[in-house]
Amino acid sequence: MAKTTETREPTIVAFLCNWCSYAGADLAGVSRLQYPANVRVIRVPCSGRVDPLYIIKALQEGADGVLVSGCHPGDCHYISGNLVARRKFAMLKSFLEYLGIEPERVQFSWVSASEGGRFAALIEKVVNDVKKLTTARKIIKKEKATASVR
Amino acid sequence: MQDIEKKMKAAAKKLFDDGKVDVIVGFRKGSLHNSSRPYFARSAADTENLVWDGFCTANLATFLPKLFEKPARPKEGYRPPRVGIVAKGCDSRSVSGLVKENQVPRPALVVIGMPCEGVRNVSKKSKGKKEEIARACLECVSPAVSGADISIAGEGRKPAKAGYARVKAFEAKPAQERWAIFTKEISKCIRCNACREACPNCYCKVCFADQRKPSWLSPANALSETMLFHLGRMFHQAGRCVECDACVNACPMGIDLRLFTQKLASDALELFGSVPGVTDDRVPALNTFKQDDSECFITDPEEK
Repeated sequence: MAKTTETREPTIVAFLCNWCSYAGADLAGVSRLQYPANVRVIRVPCSGRVDPLYIIKALQEGADGVLVSGCHPGDCHYISGNLVARRKFAMLKSFLEYLGIEPERVQFSWVSASEGGRFAALIEKVVNDVKKLTTARKIIKKEKATASVR
Repeated sequence: MQDIEKKMKAAAKKLFDDGKVDVIVGFRKGSLHNSSRPYFARSAADTENLVWDGFCTANLATFLPKLFEKPARPKEGYRPPRVGIVAKGCDSRSVSGLVKENQVPRPALVVIGMPCEGVRNVSKKSKGKKEEIARACLECVSPAVSGADISIAGEGRKPAKAGYARVKAFEAKPAQERWAIFTKEISKCIRCNACREACPNCYCKVCFADQRKPSWLSPANALSETMLFHLGRMFHQAGRCVECDACVNACPMGIDLRLFTQKLASDALELFGSVPGVTDDRVPALNTFKQDDSECFITDPEEK
Protein backbone atom coordinates (compact mmCIF):
# COMPACT_ATOMS: atom_id res chain seq x y z
CA MET A 1 0.00 0.00 0.00
CA ALA A 2 2.72 2.43 1.00
CA LYS A 3 4.75 1.61 -2.12
CA THR A 4 1.95 2.32 -4.55
CA THR A 5 0.98 5.63 -2.97
CA GLU A 6 4.28 7.20 -3.98
CA THR A 7 4.00 6.48 -7.67
CA ARG A 8 0.29 6.81 -8.20
CA GLU A 9 -1.27 10.02 -9.43
CA PRO A 10 -2.71 12.17 -6.65
CA THR A 11 -6.35 13.14 -6.62
CA ILE A 12 -7.22 16.75 -5.93
CA VAL A 13 -10.73 17.73 -4.96
CA ALA A 14 -11.48 21.28 -6.06
CA PHE A 15 -14.40 23.25 -4.66
CA LEU A 16 -15.03 26.00 -7.22
CA CYS A 17 -17.51 28.79 -6.83
CA ASN A 18 -20.21 28.90 -9.47
CA TRP A 19 -19.68 32.51 -10.49
CA CYS A 20 -15.96 32.91 -10.92
CA SER A 21 -13.71 29.90 -10.50
CA TYR A 22 -16.04 27.39 -12.11
CA ALA A 23 -16.46 29.73 -15.07
CA GLY A 24 -12.67 30.19 -15.05
CA ALA A 25 -12.24 26.43 -15.23
CA ASP A 26 -14.75 26.37 -18.06
CA LEU A 27 -12.79 29.04 -19.89
CA ALA A 28 -9.59 27.05 -19.47
CA GLY A 29 -11.38 24.14 -21.09
CA VAL A 30 -12.92 26.16 -23.89
CA SER A 31 -9.53 27.77 -24.58
CA ARG A 32 -8.05 24.25 -24.77
CA LEU A 33 -5.44 24.99 -22.13
CA GLN A 34 -3.61 21.94 -20.82
CA TYR A 35 -3.64 21.18 -17.12
CA PRO A 36 -3.21 17.99 -15.11
CA ALA A 37 -6.19 15.68 -15.05
CA ASN A 38 -5.86 14.98 -11.33
CA VAL A 39 -8.45 17.48 -10.34
CA ARG A 40 -12.06 16.57 -9.49
CA VAL A 41 -14.24 19.63 -9.59
CA ILE A 42 -17.18 20.19 -7.25
CA ARG A 43 -19.25 23.23 -8.06
CA VAL A 44 -20.52 25.22 -5.09
CA PRO A 45 -22.64 28.37 -5.12
CA CYS A 46 -19.97 30.42 -3.37
CA SER A 47 -16.66 29.84 -1.62
CA GLY A 48 -18.56 30.86 1.50
CA ARG A 49 -20.65 27.72 1.06
CA VAL A 50 -17.65 25.51 1.71
CA ASP A 51 -17.90 24.14 5.21
CA PRO A 52 -14.48 23.25 6.65
CA LEU A 53 -16.01 19.86 7.30
CA TYR A 54 -16.20 19.27 3.52
CA ILE A 55 -12.48 19.78 3.27
CA ILE A 56 -11.64 17.46 6.13
CA LYS A 57 -14.12 14.91 4.87
CA ALA A 58 -12.57 15.00 1.39
CA LEU A 59 -9.17 14.26 2.91
CA GLN A 60 -10.65 11.49 4.98
CA GLU A 61 -12.33 9.89 1.98
CA GLY A 62 -9.02 9.66 0.17
CA ALA A 63 -8.31 12.96 -1.56
CA ASP A 64 -4.61 13.76 -1.59
CA GLY A 65 -5.24 17.45 -1.73
CA VAL A 66 -8.09 19.90 -1.55
CA LEU A 67 -8.35 23.18 -3.41
CA VAL A 68 -10.96 25.82 -2.69
CA SER A 69 -11.27 28.66 -5.11
CA GLY A 70 -13.67 31.58 -5.28
CA CYS A 71 -14.04 35.06 -6.70
CA HIS A 72 -11.39 37.65 -5.97
CA PRO A 73 -12.15 39.66 -2.83
CA GLY A 74 -14.59 42.39 -3.74
CA ASP A 75 -15.98 40.47 -6.73
CA CYS A 76 -18.22 38.06 -4.85
CA HIS A 77 -21.60 37.49 -6.47
CA TYR A 78 -23.07 37.53 -2.97
CA ILE A 79 -21.12 40.66 -2.01
CA SER A 80 -19.22 39.25 0.96
CA GLY A 81 -19.34 35.44 0.78
CA ASN A 82 -15.68 35.08 -0.06
CA LEU A 83 -14.62 37.63 2.54
CA VAL A 84 -16.28 35.67 5.34
CA ALA A 85 -14.84 32.49 3.82
CA ARG A 86 -11.38 34.05 3.84
CA ARG A 87 -11.43 34.33 7.62
CA LYS A 88 -12.66 30.78 7.99
CA PHE A 89 -9.98 29.40 5.65
CA ALA A 90 -7.21 31.40 7.27
CA MET A 91 -8.05 29.72 10.56
CA LEU A 92 -8.56 26.28 9.05
CA LYS A 93 -5.26 26.33 7.21
CA SER A 94 -3.42 27.47 10.28
CA PHE A 95 -5.19 24.88 12.45
CA LEU A 96 -4.46 21.93 10.14
CA GLU A 97 -0.84 22.97 9.90
CA TYR A 98 -0.69 23.18 13.69
CA LEU A 99 -1.86 19.57 13.92
CA GLY A 100 0.91 18.49 11.58
CA ILE A 101 -0.91 18.20 8.26
CA GLU A 102 1.24 19.56 5.41
CA PRO A 103 0.04 23.05 4.39
CA GLU A 104 0.24 22.03 0.69
CA ARG A 105 -2.57 19.53 1.14
CA VAL A 106 -5.22 22.18 1.59
CA GLN A 107 -4.94 25.26 -0.60
CA PHE A 108 -7.07 28.29 -1.23
CA SER A 109 -7.04 30.65 -4.17
CA TRP A 110 -8.99 33.25 -6.09
CA VAL A 111 -9.70 32.75 -9.80
CA SER A 112 -12.05 34.99 -11.76
CA ALA A 113 -14.23 33.97 -14.71
CA SER A 114 -11.81 35.53 -17.19
CA GLU A 115 -8.69 33.86 -15.82
CA GLY A 116 -8.59 30.55 -17.69
CA GLY A 117 -4.82 30.69 -17.81
CA ARG A 118 -4.58 31.35 -14.11
CA PHE A 119 -6.81 28.36 -13.40
CA ALA A 120 -4.61 26.05 -15.49
CA ALA A 121 -1.49 27.40 -13.75
CA LEU A 122 -3.14 26.99 -10.35
CA ILE A 123 -4.03 23.35 -10.94
CA GLU A 124 -0.51 22.72 -12.21
CA LYS A 125 0.93 24.26 -9.06
CA VAL A 126 -1.37 22.44 -6.65
CA VAL A 127 -0.78 19.07 -8.31
CA ASN A 128 2.98 19.60 -8.28
CA ASP A 129 2.87 20.65 -4.63
CA VAL A 130 0.92 17.57 -3.64
CA LYS A 131 3.15 15.28 -5.73
CA LYS A 132 6.16 16.56 -3.80
CA LEU A 133 4.64 15.28 -0.58
CA THR A 134 6.21 11.89 -1.02
CA THR A 135 5.41 10.59 2.41
CA ALA A 136 1.76 9.92 1.78
CA ARG A 137 0.82 9.72 5.40
CA LYS A 138 -2.54 8.35 6.14
CA ILE A 139 -3.68 11.83 7.14
CA ILE A 140 -7.09 11.06 8.43
CA LYS A 141 -7.89 8.72 5.62
CA LYS A 142 -10.34 5.94 6.10
CA GLU A 143 -8.66 2.58 6.03
CA LYS A 144 -9.70 0.61 3.01
CA ALA A 145 -11.33 -2.68 3.87
CA THR A 146 -8.56 -4.54 2.04
CA ALA A 147 -5.68 -2.56 3.50
CA SER A 148 -3.91 -4.02 6.44
CA VAL A 149 -4.80 -2.26 9.67
CA ARG A 150 -1.93 -0.19 10.89
CA MET B 1 -15.36 31.17 50.37
CA GLN B 2 -18.08 30.49 52.97
CA ASP B 3 -18.76 34.17 53.17
CA ILE B 4 -19.13 34.39 49.40
CA GLU B 5 -21.41 31.35 49.43
CA LYS B 6 -23.65 32.98 52.05
CA LYS B 7 -23.88 36.18 50.06
CA MET B 8 -24.68 34.24 46.90
CA LYS B 9 -27.44 32.26 48.66
CA ALA B 10 -28.92 35.46 50.04
CA ALA B 11 -28.87 37.08 46.61
CA ALA B 12 -30.48 34.00 45.05
CA LYS B 13 -33.16 33.87 47.73
CA LYS B 14 -33.89 37.54 47.24
CA LEU B 15 -34.36 37.02 43.51
CA PHE B 16 -37.03 34.41 44.22
CA ASP B 17 -38.65 36.49 46.97
CA ASP B 18 -38.87 39.46 44.61
CA GLY B 19 -40.30 37.18 41.94
CA LYS B 20 -37.57 38.09 39.49
CA VAL B 21 -36.61 34.58 38.37
CA ASP B 22 -38.25 31.22 37.70
CA VAL B 23 -35.10 29.16 38.02
CA ILE B 24 -31.52 29.71 39.12
CA VAL B 25 -28.74 27.63 37.65
CA GLY B 26 -26.05 27.06 40.22
CA PHE B 27 -24.18 24.29 42.01
CA ARG B 28 -25.08 21.89 44.77
CA LYS B 29 -23.00 19.39 46.68
CA GLY B 30 -22.11 16.36 44.58
CA SER B 31 -22.72 12.82 45.76
CA LEU B 32 -19.00 12.17 46.04
CA HIS B 33 -16.55 13.78 48.39
CA ASN B 34 -14.89 16.85 46.88
CA SER B 35 -17.38 17.41 44.13
CA SER B 36 -20.09 19.85 43.21
CA ARG B 37 -22.63 19.44 40.50
CA PRO B 38 -24.90 21.72 38.52
CA TYR B 39 -28.22 22.40 40.19
CA PHE B 40 -31.46 24.07 39.15
CA ALA B 41 -33.03 25.93 42.07
CA ARG B 42 -36.72 26.46 41.32
CA SER B 43 -37.93 28.03 44.57
CA ALA B 44 -36.67 30.14 47.44
CA ALA B 45 -36.39 27.00 49.57
CA ASP B 46 -34.19 25.35 46.94
CA THR B 47 -31.59 28.09 47.26
CA GLU B 48 -30.51 26.51 50.56
CA ASN B 49 -28.91 23.73 48.52
CA LEU B 50 -26.69 26.07 46.53
CA VAL B 51 -22.98 25.82 47.19
CA TRP B 52 -19.89 27.67 46.06
CA ASP B 53 -16.48 26.05 46.30
CA GLY B 54 -13.44 25.14 44.25
CA PHE B 55 -15.20 22.19 42.68
CA CYS B 56 -17.74 24.29 40.83
CA THR B 57 -15.94 23.57 37.60
CA ALA B 58 -18.74 23.11 35.07
CA ASN B 59 -19.60 25.90 32.71
CA LEU B 60 -23.23 26.58 33.61
CA ALA B 61 -23.91 28.56 30.45
CA THR B 62 -24.22 25.15 28.78
CA PHE B 63 -27.74 24.82 30.13
CA LEU B 64 -29.03 28.17 28.94
CA PRO B 65 -29.88 27.43 25.29
CA LYS B 66 -31.97 24.45 26.42
CA LEU B 67 -33.75 26.46 29.11
CA PHE B 68 -34.62 29.18 26.65
CA GLU B 69 -35.59 26.82 23.87
CA LYS B 70 -38.98 27.83 22.54
CA PRO B 71 -41.52 24.98 22.51
CA ALA B 72 -42.56 23.76 19.06
CA ARG B 73 -46.13 25.00 19.66
CA PRO B 74 -45.85 27.76 22.21
CA LYS B 75 -49.02 28.51 24.16
CA GLU B 76 -50.58 31.90 23.73
CA GLY B 77 -48.75 34.53 25.73
CA TYR B 78 -45.56 32.46 25.83
CA ARG B 79 -42.64 34.27 27.35
CA PRO B 80 -39.17 32.90 27.90
CA PRO B 81 -38.50 31.76 31.47
CA ARG B 82 -36.55 34.17 33.63
CA VAL B 83 -33.31 32.48 34.49
CA GLY B 84 -30.66 33.35 37.01
CA ILE B 85 -27.15 32.00 36.59
CA VAL B 86 -24.34 31.77 39.09
CA ALA B 87 -21.44 32.79 36.89
CA LYS B 88 -17.67 32.67 37.04
CA GLY B 89 -15.62 34.70 34.57
CA CYS B 90 -15.69 31.93 31.97
CA ASP B 91 -19.45 31.36 32.33
CA SER B 92 -20.04 35.05 31.75
CA ARG B 93 -17.85 34.98 28.63
CA SER B 94 -19.95 32.08 27.35
CA VAL B 95 -23.14 33.95 28.21
CA SER B 96 -22.01 36.93 26.18
CA GLY B 97 -21.23 34.60 23.26
CA LEU B 98 -24.64 32.95 23.48
CA VAL B 99 -26.36 36.32 23.60
CA LYS B 100 -24.46 37.34 20.45
CA GLU B 101 -25.56 34.15 18.76
CA ASN B 102 -29.20 34.76 19.73
CA GLN B 103 -29.42 31.68 21.92
CA VAL B 104 -30.14 33.61 25.10
CA PRO B 105 -32.49 36.59 25.43
CA ARG B 106 -30.42 38.83 27.66
CA PRO B 107 -33.39 40.63 29.31
CA ALA B 108 -34.68 37.30 30.62
CA LEU B 109 -31.36 36.47 32.25
CA VAL B 110 -30.00 37.51 35.64
CA VAL B 111 -26.25 37.01 35.93
CA ILE B 112 -25.00 36.60 39.48
CA GLY B 113 -21.32 37.43 39.13
CA MET B 114 -19.08 35.50 41.50
CA PRO B 115 -15.56 36.52 42.45
CA CYS B 116 -13.63 33.59 40.99
CA GLU B 117 -10.51 32.39 42.73
CA GLY B 118 -10.01 29.65 40.18
CA VAL B 119 -11.40 26.13 40.40
CA ARG B 120 -9.62 22.91 41.21
CA ASN B 121 -8.12 20.73 38.56
CA VAL B 122 -10.63 17.91 38.18
CA SER B 123 -9.66 16.65 34.74
CA LYS B 124 -8.93 12.94 34.52
CA LYS B 125 -5.32 13.68 33.68
CA SER B 126 -4.69 15.03 37.13
CA LYS B 127 -5.72 12.05 39.24
CA GLY B 128 -4.60 12.42 42.81
CA LYS B 129 -3.56 16.07 42.63
CA LYS B 130 -6.91 17.65 43.23
CA GLU B 131 -5.49 20.51 45.23
CA GLU B 132 -4.13 22.22 42.17
CA ILE B 133 -5.81 25.10 40.41
CA ALA B 134 -6.98 24.15 36.93
CA ARG B 135 -4.80 25.16 34.00
CA ALA B 136 -7.69 27.09 32.45
CA CYS B 137 -7.79 29.25 35.59
CA LEU B 138 -4.02 29.70 35.77
CA GLU B 139 -4.07 30.96 32.19
CA CYS B 140 -7.36 32.87 32.51
CA VAL B 141 -7.03 36.43 31.26
CA SER B 142 -10.45 37.60 32.43
CA PRO B 143 -11.49 35.93 35.68
CA ALA B 144 -13.76 38.87 36.54
CA VAL B 145 -17.40 38.51 35.51
CA SER B 146 -18.35 41.03 32.87
CA GLY B 147 -21.89 42.35 32.61
CA ALA B 148 -23.15 40.95 35.90
CA ASP B 149 -26.59 42.05 37.11
CA ILE B 150 -25.71 41.24 40.70
CA SER B 151 -22.08 41.23 41.74
CA ILE B 152 -21.05 39.28 44.81
CA ALA B 153 -18.21 41.09 46.53
CA GLY B 154 -15.04 39.20 47.25
CA GLU B 155 -11.44 38.64 46.29
CA GLY B 156 -11.02 37.17 42.82
CA ARG B 157 -8.05 35.95 40.84
CA LYS B 158 -5.74 38.39 39.16
CA PRO B 159 -5.89 38.12 35.36
CA ALA B 160 -3.05 36.08 33.92
CA LYS B 161 -0.84 37.44 31.20
CA ALA B 162 -2.01 36.44 27.74
CA GLY B 163 0.67 34.60 25.87
CA TYR B 164 -0.31 31.15 24.67
CA ALA B 165 3.14 29.86 25.60
CA ARG B 166 1.96 26.26 25.32
CA VAL B 167 0.63 26.79 21.80
CA LYS B 168 3.90 28.38 20.74
CA ALA B 169 5.94 25.55 22.24
CA PHE B 170 3.80 23.00 20.40
CA GLU B 171 4.14 24.92 17.16
CA ALA B 172 7.91 24.82 17.44
CA LYS B 173 7.91 21.02 17.26
CA PRO B 174 8.40 19.33 13.87
CA ALA B 175 5.24 18.47 11.94
CA GLN B 176 5.72 14.72 12.32
CA GLU B 177 5.89 15.05 16.06
CA ARG B 178 2.85 17.30 16.21
CA TRP B 179 0.88 14.81 14.19
CA ALA B 180 2.07 11.99 16.44
CA ILE B 181 0.92 13.86 19.54
CA PHE B 182 -2.43 14.69 17.98
CA THR B 183 -2.91 11.07 16.94
CA LYS B 184 -1.94 9.82 20.38
CA GLU B 185 -4.33 12.14 22.17
CA ILE B 186 -7.23 11.44 19.82
CA SER B 187 -6.71 7.68 19.92
CA LYS B 188 -7.67 7.78 23.60
CA CYS B 189 -11.15 8.94 22.66
CA ILE B 190 -14.06 6.59 23.27
CA ARG B 191 -16.53 8.84 21.42
CA CYS B 192 -18.76 9.41 24.44
CA ASN B 193 -19.46 12.98 23.23
CA ALA B 194 -19.02 14.34 26.76
CA CYS B 195 -16.87 17.20 25.42
CA ARG B 196 -19.71 18.23 23.16
CA GLU B 197 -22.35 18.00 25.87
CA ALA B 198 -20.30 20.03 28.32
CA CYS B 199 -19.51 22.80 25.86
CA PRO B 200 -21.76 25.86 26.02
CA ASN B 201 -21.02 26.57 22.36
CA CYS B 202 -22.34 23.18 21.22
CA TYR B 203 -26.06 23.84 21.12
CA CYS B 204 -26.91 22.66 17.60
CA LYS B 205 -30.23 20.81 17.56
CA VAL B 206 -28.67 18.13 15.40
CA CYS B 207 -24.92 17.82 15.75
CA PHE B 208 -23.00 16.99 12.58
CA ALA B 209 -21.78 13.90 14.42
CA ASP B 210 -25.34 12.63 14.89
CA GLN B 211 -26.55 13.67 11.49
CA ARG B 212 -27.60 11.03 8.97
CA LYS B 213 -28.22 12.00 5.35
CA PRO B 214 -25.61 13.10 4.83
CA SER B 215 -23.80 10.96 7.32
CA TRP B 216 -20.56 12.73 8.16
CA LEU B 217 -19.43 10.19 10.66
CA SER B 218 -19.94 6.52 11.02
CA PRO B 219 -20.35 5.35 14.60
CA ALA B 220 -17.46 2.95 14.03
CA ASN B 221 -14.70 3.13 16.56
CA ALA B 222 -12.04 3.94 13.97
CA LEU B 223 -9.30 6.47 14.48
CA SER B 224 -10.19 8.19 11.25
CA GLU B 225 -13.79 8.75 12.32
CA THR B 226 -12.73 9.91 15.75
CA MET B 227 -10.34 12.40 14.22
CA LEU B 228 -13.03 13.73 11.94
CA PHE B 229 -15.31 14.19 14.93
CA HIS B 230 -12.69 16.06 16.88
CA LEU B 231 -11.57 18.21 13.97
CA GLY B 232 -15.19 19.09 13.29
CA ARG B 233 -16.03 19.78 16.90
CA MET B 234 -12.91 21.79 17.55
CA PHE B 235 -13.19 23.82 14.42
CA HIS B 236 -16.76 24.73 15.31
CA GLN B 237 -15.20 26.53 18.26
CA ALA B 238 -13.04 28.68 16.01
CA GLY B 239 -13.48 32.30 17.03
CA ARG B 240 -15.98 31.25 19.73
CA CYS B 241 -14.03 29.21 22.28
CA VAL B 242 -13.81 31.00 25.63
CA GLU B 243 -11.18 28.56 26.95
CA CYS B 244 -13.27 27.48 29.94
CA ASP B 245 -11.98 23.90 29.70
CA ALA B 246 -15.44 22.40 30.20
CA CYS B 247 -14.53 19.85 27.52
CA VAL B 248 -11.27 18.96 29.24
CA ASN B 249 -12.99 18.45 32.59
CA ALA B 250 -15.76 16.40 31.02
CA CYS B 251 -13.45 14.04 29.16
CA PRO B 252 -13.37 10.65 30.91
CA MET B 253 -10.16 9.69 29.08
CA GLY B 254 -8.17 12.78 29.98
CA ILE B 255 -7.54 13.95 26.42
CA ASP B 256 -5.59 17.18 26.33
CA LEU B 257 -8.17 19.03 24.25
CA ARG B 258 -6.94 22.39 25.49
CA LEU B 259 -3.71 22.03 23.56
CA PHE B 260 -5.71 22.10 20.33
CA THR B 261 -8.66 24.39 21.08
CA GLN B 262 -6.29 26.96 22.48
CA LYS B 263 -4.69 27.29 19.06
CA LEU B 264 -8.04 28.46 17.71
CA ALA B 265 -8.31 31.07 20.43
CA SER B 266 -4.75 32.19 19.81
CA ASP B 267 -5.43 32.47 16.07
CA ALA B 268 -8.64 34.43 16.63
CA LEU B 269 -6.62 36.93 18.62
CA GLU B 270 -3.66 37.01 16.26
CA LEU B 271 -5.56 37.18 12.97
CA PHE B 272 -8.70 39.08 13.92
CA GLY B 273 -7.91 40.67 17.27
CA SER B 274 -10.86 38.94 18.84
CA VAL B 275 -11.04 37.33 22.27
CA PRO B 276 -14.52 35.75 22.52
CA GLY B 277 -16.51 37.17 25.40
CA VAL B 278 -13.82 39.71 26.26
CA THR B 279 -13.37 42.02 23.28
CA ASP B 280 -16.40 44.05 22.39
CA ASP B 281 -17.42 42.29 19.15
CA ARG B 282 -20.92 42.49 17.82
CA VAL B 283 -20.72 39.04 16.25
CA PRO B 284 -18.29 36.12 16.51
CA ALA B 285 -15.04 36.65 14.59
CA LEU B 286 -15.85 34.18 11.82
CA ASN B 287 -19.29 35.66 11.13
CA THR B 288 -17.85 38.91 9.92
CA PHE B 289 -14.90 40.23 7.90
CA LYS B 290 -12.73 43.20 7.23
CA GLN B 291 -11.58 44.30 3.80
CA ASP B 292 -7.96 44.04 4.87
CA ASP B 293 -8.00 40.62 6.52
CA SER B 294 -4.81 38.62 6.10
CA GLU B 295 -4.40 36.96 2.73
CA CYS B 296 -0.98 35.45 3.17
CA PHE B 297 -2.34 31.89 3.06
CA ILE B 298 -3.81 32.25 -0.45
CA THR B 299 -2.09 30.28 -3.20
CA ASP B 300 -1.08 32.48 -6.10
CA PRO B 301 -0.08 30.42 -9.16
CA GLU B 302 1.69 33.35 -10.77
CA GLU B 303 3.95 33.81 -7.77
CA LYS B 304 7.34 32.24 -8.24
